[in-house]
Amino acid sequence: MTTRPPDDLDRRLVLATQAGLPLVPRPYDVLAAQLGISPGEVRARLADMLDNGRIRRIGAVPNHYALGYTANGMSVWDVPDERIVELGEAVGRLPGVTHCYERPRALPDWPYNLFAMVHGKDRESVLAQVEEIATLLGSACRGRDVLFSTAILKKTGLRIG
Amino acid sequence: MSTVRHGEADLARAARLPGQGSGLDALDRRIINALQGGFPLSDTPYQDVAEGLGIDEATLLDRLQRLLDTGVLTRFGPMFQIERLGGRFVLAALAVPEERFEVVTALVNAFPEVAHNYRRTHRLNMWFVLATETPQGIDDVIRRIESATGLPVFAFPKRREFFVDMRLQA
Repeated sequence: MTTRPPDDLDRRLVLATQAGLPLVPRPYDVLAAQLGISPGEVRARLADMLDNGRIRRIGAVPNHYALGYTANGMSVWDVPDERIVELGEAVGRLPGVTHCYERPRALPDWPYNLFAMVHGKDRESVLAQVEEIATLLGSACRGRDVLFSTAILKKTGLRIG
Repeated sequence: MSTVRHGEADLARAARLPGQGSGLDALDRRIINALQGGFPLSDTPYQDVAEGLGIDEATLLDRLQRLLDTGVLTRFGPMFQIERLGGRFVLAALAVPEERFEVVTALVNAFPEVAHNYRRTHRLNMWFVLATETPQGIDDVIRRIESATGLPVFAFPKRREFFVDMRLQA
């Protein structure tokens, strides 16, 4: 698949939907009227953006606290850079890990380069999952911590324009 | 362009709910689970989803509006991967002195580039995600946050993404 560069219609679709899809029976018709194109063009472009990963998915974004996932632990690990891909992919496959990234260290304050977010209904279940990560990493883990969230201060998602 | 911020005012209240008592019934949970991805690109997508759930379209739309109004859902719509559109997402953190926490929260949250912000258990006690339309926009907003708060921003841009799936069973 050749990927075309982002264009003005991509951007206008972001602007038109970043706060949410209209809650009306024909939401793509509403967007089409706003954007001055046909509903078919709106749907084709959204399908294209899903195909090329510009849209991850279309759907509901729950406040995980409200679903009972009150324990949200950002587990962070210091692992050898030369093994980061192998280890990151293995950690990302564990159940309960919702995000897994390599990020830069900020020495001396922050020695960790692997971030794995774990959600659970209580801290004990999150800590149990964190122990599974520790077991998987074994001696590759040179340092670790878990940062629990204690309050959502803001959660609006992306806003441009 | 004006934006409707679904349920934002109620977010803090919903965020403090003790989970199991969120007042969600079985249908709410089925709707949330069914709608975490794969929303149809059809003429009448809500109708199609409602049929799959064995309810009518009006019920689905009412329920969705209520879930947004009460902050159970923070959004309903496309989730954009801004990097694929030329922009950037960057995780950043601050070590905020406890006595300034509320003031700094207000200062940081006032930036529209701050997409989410969490308090966390660490000396780096405020963790937020910056989203900008251009790569250069990140450096600019970091400088402005440092200037507004008087605190150094620790930036943790992602180097590699190994896995992302935010779906949680309701």
